Amino acid sequence: MLSQESLQQIDREIAKYPPDQKQSAVMSALRIAQVEKGWLPKEVIEFVADYLGMPAIAAYEVASFYNMYDLEPVGRHKITVCTNLPCALSGGVHAADYLKEKLGIDFNETTPDGKFTLKEGECMGACGDAPVLLVNNHHMCSWMTKEKIDQILAELEDK
Amino acid sequence: MSGSGLILAGVDGDRTWGLQDYVARGGYSALRKIISEKIPPETIIAELKASSLRGRGGAGFPTGLKWSFMPRSFPGAKYLACNSDEGEPGTFKDRDILRYNPHTVIEGMTIAAYAMGCERGYNYIHGEIFDVYERFEAALAEARAAGLLGQSILGSDFSFELFAHHGYGAYICGEETALLESIEGKKGQPRFKPPFPASYGLYGKPTTINNTETFASVPFIINMGGEAFLNLGKPNNGGTKLFSVSGHVNRPGNYEIAMGTPFAELLEMAGGMRGGRKLKAVIPGGSSAPVLPGNVMMDCTMDYDSISKAGSMLGSGAVIVMDETTCMVKALERLSYFYFEESCGQCTPCREGTGWLYRVVHRIENGLGRKEDLDLLNSVTGNIMGRTICALGDAASMPVQSFIKHFGSEFEYHIENKKCLVPPEVQYEGSQIYVRP
Repeated sequence: MLSQESLQQIDREIAKYPPDQKQSAVMSALRIAQVEKGWLPKEVIEFVADYLGMPAIAAYEVASFYNMYDLEPVGRHKITVCTNLPCALSGGVHAADYLKEKLGIDFNETTPDGKFTLKEGECMGACGDAPVLLVNNHHMCSWMTKEKIDQILAELEDK
Repeated sequence: MSGSGLILAGVDGDRTWGLQDYVARGGYSALRKIISEKIPPETIIAELKASSLRGRGGAGFPTGLKWSFMPRSFPGAKYLACNSDEGEPGTFKDRDILRYNPHTVIEGMTIAAYAMGCERGYNYIHGEIFDVYERFEAALAEARAAGLLGQSILGSDFSFELFAHHGYGAYICGEETALLESIEGKKGQPRFKPPFPASYGLYGKPTTINNTETFASVPFIINMGGEAFLNLGKPNNGGTKLFSVSGHVNRPGNYEIAMGTPFAELLEMAGGMRGGRKLKAVIPGGSSAPVLPGNVMMDCTMDYDSISKAGSMLGSGAVIVMDETTCMVKALERLSYFYFEESCGQCTPCREGTGWLYRVVHRIENGLGRKEDLDLLNSVTGNIMGRTICALGDAASMPVQSFIKHFGSEFEYHIENKKCLVPPEVQYEGSQIYVRP
């Protein structure tokens, strides 16, 4: 179900916790699985639960509680833009409007070619860098201007 | 990022985070001193108490006192946790500490582990900052390779294992018992207290949780002495602190200044008001802290006691600055949506109440407000506060109460005239994408 490389990464996470607490690695294991699969179908969550020796429902509870897990397919690139108050005061909403216009989609939508999904995010803890985007959960882009957004979209287009 | 103060002193952005640079700045000398001189744990805790260091995550609880709650003679594992789950709107200081000076957190946690007899620790890092999590992992590897972490630290009989745990997007995990649940691999839902973590924490064992900046301050306190640290600030408000300034200023960012510094000075450091516009309001301690009118804020100093006297909280030191182009109803609407979205759903008053707060503020903002809505909002907050397991319910309520208290006429204008007091085009212009000079 998961590649050897992903399983090795999960094993490294398991080793961080006491031997009888493998469940502690579930958040990382789901993250690693999501990076490989693009999103988390039920059978992947079940596989992760089995691998960690925990009930599937407990892993599903975690996957559905934390908002960076995608329980439905997303585009190849997920762009999350923070519109919370401190970001909004420095253009967070303008940046989101620009992305919507450029991509021709609204929040929680995916472009017809399946390349981009746009999400509205909550505080990313980087309010001094506003406007802020998170690309595919793991890459934060600070001080976004329209030009920089154009550049990022062009780069992602080819990936 | 400002390279003054203690934690950020001598730090030069991304270039100087490594072990070698940290040691060149005097890093790990506090840990070396403790181990070579075999300083008793009680002496370290006494020094922390003398420093008057208070929790930098928001609650401001005295750190030395918290450490003294840990049972000394507990048979079995004791744990240490660092709360780097920084998701309170306006707060972005721990991210800078972790990416620019991660070893000060590692050293502070190791000293804490020594003082409380913890064998293992976890640093819980906010989900959205994956690059910072990787940076912290790299710093941990450096410390282990140098014998500063792990088994027999610096050749002594003291061992401490420290690991990074990565969150994945849940504001509630900044609540200390939700954070513990999350490390255990569960939904981050806060636990009833008591029992407190010092008796029943991670995996049911005694655990102490402190904020990133709190741990980062510890090596400096050991090196300079508690009293000298206290004297950097003012009585009951020891030391320096990082303030995250965001919103309508010319230079948003982190500023590490002495506790008790006038707000006016901090505003000046942050480049003053954007476009020379007039200060309208400030949320001085992260989005959960009550908002204060600009003129009240201009008379405050940046410390727990002054801000509390003015009717708000220093909280995490996140200063959100709003100018005259801000519509207070719209600002509150966005914050109320945040708490509604982030309520963990465990307690009915918070789960249902935050939804009510958002929907009512939303209808006022959209011209559908009713005359009785302000009373309704106050009544809902009254039914949330004090009726939930954790402080998120209070955190959602305090902005609503304070916005209505200080800017009630703006809400009434909205209800009567079905539009904003501040014209939409003025708001739009005032919150353009900010291009840094």
